[in-house]
Amino acid sequence: MTQPLLELRGVAKLYSQGSGLRALWPGGRQQQMALAPTDLVIPDGAAIGLVGESGSGKTTLSRIAAGLSRPSRGEVDWQGTPIEALDPEARAAWRRELQYVFQNATAALNPRHRVRRILHITLAGLWRGSEKQRDQAGRHERINEVAAQVGLGRVLLDRYPHQLSGGQAQRVAIARALLGAPKLLILDEPVSALDLSLQAQILNLLVELRRDLGLTYLFISHDLAVVERLCDEVHVMHDGRIIEQGATAEVLSNPRKSYTRRLLAAVPRR
Amino acid sequence: MKTLGARLLRHPGAMIGLGVLGLVVVPALAAPWLPLADPTLTMPAQRMLPAGSTGHPLGTDALGRDLLARLIWGARSSITVGVVAALVAALIGSLIGILAGFFGRVTDALLMRGVDVLMAFPYLLLALAIVAALGPGLANAMLAIALANVPFFARAVRGAVLDIRHQDYIDAARLAGHREWWIVIVEVLPNLIPTVLLLMTTTLGWMVLETAGLSFLGLGAQPPDADLGAMLGTGREFLTTYPRVAVLPGLVILVLVVGINLFGDALRDLLDPRLRDRGRRLGTRAGECRDAGRHHDGHPGHDHRHGDHPAHAGRQKAGLSGEGQAGDGRSAGGDCGEPVDDRHPLDQGRRGGSPHDREVSGEGQGDEPPDDAHKGYRAARDARERSNEGGPTTGSAPPLIAAEGLSVLVPSERGAAAAVDRLDLRLQAGERVGMVGESGSGKSLTALALLGFAPPGGRLEGQVELEGTDLLTLDADVLRDLRGRRIAYVPQEPSDALDPLLRVGDQLREAITAHSSEISADADVAVGEESAAELASTEGGSGGRSETGPVRSAVVMAGLGDLGSDKPGAETSKRVETLLNKVGLDGVAGIQRRFPHELSGGQSQRVAIAMALAHEPDLLIADEATTALDVTVQAEILALLERLSRGRDRSLLFVSHDLALVTELCDRVLVLYAGRVVEDAPRERLLDAPAHPYTVALLACSPELGRPQKPLPAIAGQPPSPAEATWGAAAAGCRFAPRCPKAQPVCEQGEPGLDELAPGHRVRCLFPEGSKASDTGDGADSTDRVARADGADEADGAEVTDRRAGIDGDAGNDGSRAHSGRFFNERDSQR
Repeated sequence: MTQPLLELRGVAKLYSQGSGLRALWPGGRQQQMALAPTDLVIPDGAAIGLVGESGSGKTTLSRIAAGLSRPSRGEVDWQGTPIEALDPEARAAWRRELQYVFQNATAALNPRHRVRRILHITLAGLWRGSEKQRDQAGRHERINEVAAQVGLGRVLLDRYPHQLSGGQAQRVAIARALLGAPKLLILDEPVSALDLSLQAQILNLLVELRRDLGLTYLFISHDLAVVERLCDEVHVMHDGRIIEQGATAEVLSNPRKSYTRRLLAAVPRR
Repeated sequence: MKTLGARLLRHPGAMIGLGVLGLVVVPALAAPWLPLADPTLTMPAQRMLPAGSTGHPLGTDALGRDLLARLIWGARSSITVGVVAALVAALIGSLIGILAGFFGRVTDALLMRGVDVLMAFPYLLLALAIVAALGPGLANAMLAIALANVPFFARAVRGAVLDIRHQDYIDAARLAGHREWWIVIVEVLPNLIPTVLLLMTTTLGWMVLETAGLSFLGLGAQPPDADLGAMLGTGREFLTTYPRVAVLPGLVILVLVVGINLFGDALRDLLDPRLRDRGRRLGTRAGECRDAGRHHDGHPGHDHRHGDHPAHAGRQKAGLSGEGQAGDGRSAGGDCGEPVDDRHPLDQGRRGGSPHDREVSGEGQGDEPPDDAHKGYRAARDARERSNEGGPTTGSAPPLIAAEGLSVLVPSERGAAAAVDRLDLRLQAGERVGMVGESGSGKSLTALALLGFAPPGGRLEGQVELEGTDLLTLDADVLRDLRGRRIAYVPQEPSDALDPLLRVGDQLREAITAHSSEISADADVAVGEESAAELASTEGGSGGRSETGPVRSAVVMAGLGDLGSDKPGAETSKRVETLLNKVGLDGVAGIQRRFPHELSGGQSQRVAIAMALAHEPDLLIADEATTALDVTVQAEILALLERLSRGRDRSLLFVSHDLALVTELCDRVLVLYAGRVVEDAPRERLLDAPAHPYTVALLACSPELGRPQKPLPAIAGQPPSPAEATWGAAAAGCRFAPRCPKAQPVCEQGEPGLDELAPGHRVRCLFPEGSKASDTGDGADSTDRVARADGADEADGAEVTDRRAGIDGDAGNDGSRAHSGRFFNERDSQR
């Protein structure tokens, strides 16, 4: 079996309530488990859906997977090496090859920068320390290439984030994630805030990108119909743990846990 | 987006401030080049010359020095010290604030405790102590003032940074592998500049005053030099004999500080997005409100981006109709974001439209001169072909509520634009009707208009009849009584619907009692005993916190009234239990004792629904009432709404962007597009035989569980904003034509009427699906048709693209033709 792209081993997240003076009080310091020790293996080329209600820990898990949040316990391995132990070069590669797309695209774009500058800044970070660092022309070329991939017109590159529609902003966010030619994209409810027709546009784009670029997805959503379209494997989260996992078709047609069944029953159908 | 400079030029406060400031600053800056006497040259022979003496236009002081020269040079020092002190304070303070805010933890604790120590000293005392330690002199005074102001900047900047630090774009920069200090400079700093600039302008006046104060005490400028404060200090000795010597520097200080403050306030108005439009609104007539519309043009549909407006759209005077109860109006974006946010149930000048209605028919009869905005709208509308509204469906029973020709006009740059345009809607008693559309389609505005609420700066036209009574002509008190009692409203965000300080039980009790007293006070108003549900439900609609004041006082008054009525508290308690039982909360232990923050999202929504039900309303309006909830909770609430409206004479209007949800719950569905009803069909008809291309497209692009391979043909482009719909290229014809795969040239020549296709099924389309005329091709089903337009139908599509590109001045086409498969997507993205 080949090396998984990303592996989470027993990661857990505790939040302590009552910091400061309250912590000195006997029993004043309480820890709350936002994520119970969890394993998650993301093989290269997979598309894994993470479903569950708000507060189930799916965003916590995805942020740990992305390296945006440190687990209280457990370990995150990138291509077989714990991310803390990556040498600088491997670390830079990890940064390029693992990217995150936020739920609220507009909030994920700095309101003070034009789209083109946002993309430039990102690329400057991703290429830092490499021989391409000073290659302005190369940056331009890469930005135009990615903009074309996600269907961003030139005009849009000169806009500010608030001048974009939700769908356009999400395209920019995806473009930013694609700049470093990532292997793994973690998508946190990327279509939940969008109207139906925009949602369809973004979903189509994601399907297409995966096909064309061979991307791996960790797709967080509460919408099973969307997960079904995009993912071959689904993990159901409830109360801070993964309660059920398996091939999407299998889990959706033959759910074993009662929570999964409730989730399925709740999907509005015609 | 206009530049700050351009907006400053249009801001009266800024211009007055600049003018006043210029009186002092310009001469002060030009001092070295002005033909002034030497301000330090003493000529005892010429002491205390009166104003107008040769060579001394303002006279001389006790040492014979020229007053004018001293004033100008003095102002120059005062301004320099003030500005430099502000800069130094801003620099040091911001640095501390950024470090503390961004890096948090120990850095934060250490820095902020240090700042706290500085703050513990009275402010002027601190400055005095610093000067005392460093010795008197202008430079030391400046340093002292700067240091004394550091905490102020540090705390404000830290607050701003804390907010920015948690934004997703900061995480995004980390994901790009940037280092922390780099993130501070490139991502955080640009967002801080407006804040710091603001703080500086607002504190500059203080700094000038403080400099003057220190100099006045003899700790600032030392003789023979003098700033304004020192001049005031020396002039004081001659205050009774030669008041001019002290009064003139005092006046200059006054002018300087007033100018700075006026300008600073204006700058704050313009830089603070929440206050951005206030200045101009005060300047324009409320009815015109051209500027307010900026929220609406562009992209109507995206709530989050409009984060800046709702609160302050609300600041607008709502008194269009002259009724003007200083309405804490409501969000222009009734559709964007929480309608909840803003509407004030009590103050709202709600019948904004009615006088204007008459104006429409009787041209200029109103006591207000017809405003341009209004004319603009009418002209545009008249220019359009008046569509025949495909007469009301001839129903047997009279409807419970009927809107006829209901328009919601919102301000836009070109005048009042119709966000909801001549909408007809009938709800029979007991009917469940759904209203769907994309964000910006006007569905929430319609829902609110049925309660008589107009957006701020906007107004309602047409009629809303509740069992034959036109709500829009009713007196405010009568209407208020109807809200909640006959028509209740359940908002999108349940947590906003509840008063955070009231326990659930009290919340409901309040909902039950408040109305009854109003009734007892006003016996001839209709039947029933209730009225508080309206408070409750509109309190829900009123976005809680800030608005609760008036609501609560009304409730208190209601409570007093209650003393007179013979309704014992026990009965109310029983009623509370019944309500909780109805919404399925009776089983939750201690639910009545809980505060809203102790409830889950689903529980809050149940409480909000219980409050809406307090008076057994005939019509329940649920405005995206399940959108903020998890899928499983959403299903429960849906089931609850279904149960509550089943078998009763209660109608339900369910507003949602989710077609699948709506069809699950409702008997009949209205599809809105750009403020127009484009289709009105029974549920089964809509699902089996959708007739309008827009409906077809919406159905086609909804993902369905169990059909992962189903293609999702996205609709190209975006819906028009109200302004575009009223005046834009497509205004004359069908509003969907620019995005419609079936559009023919004739579609743009006139808007089709809402014609009956089958009993109870009306559609606004010249070529509805399923009709003979529409079957131009083979008998392919509608999904295929849209799918085909996605790529194969390139010739038509390209034409549309070109036209759109032309409109937007977008020449570059980015090779969209090359990717015909993604054709629709790219058309969107090029806009």
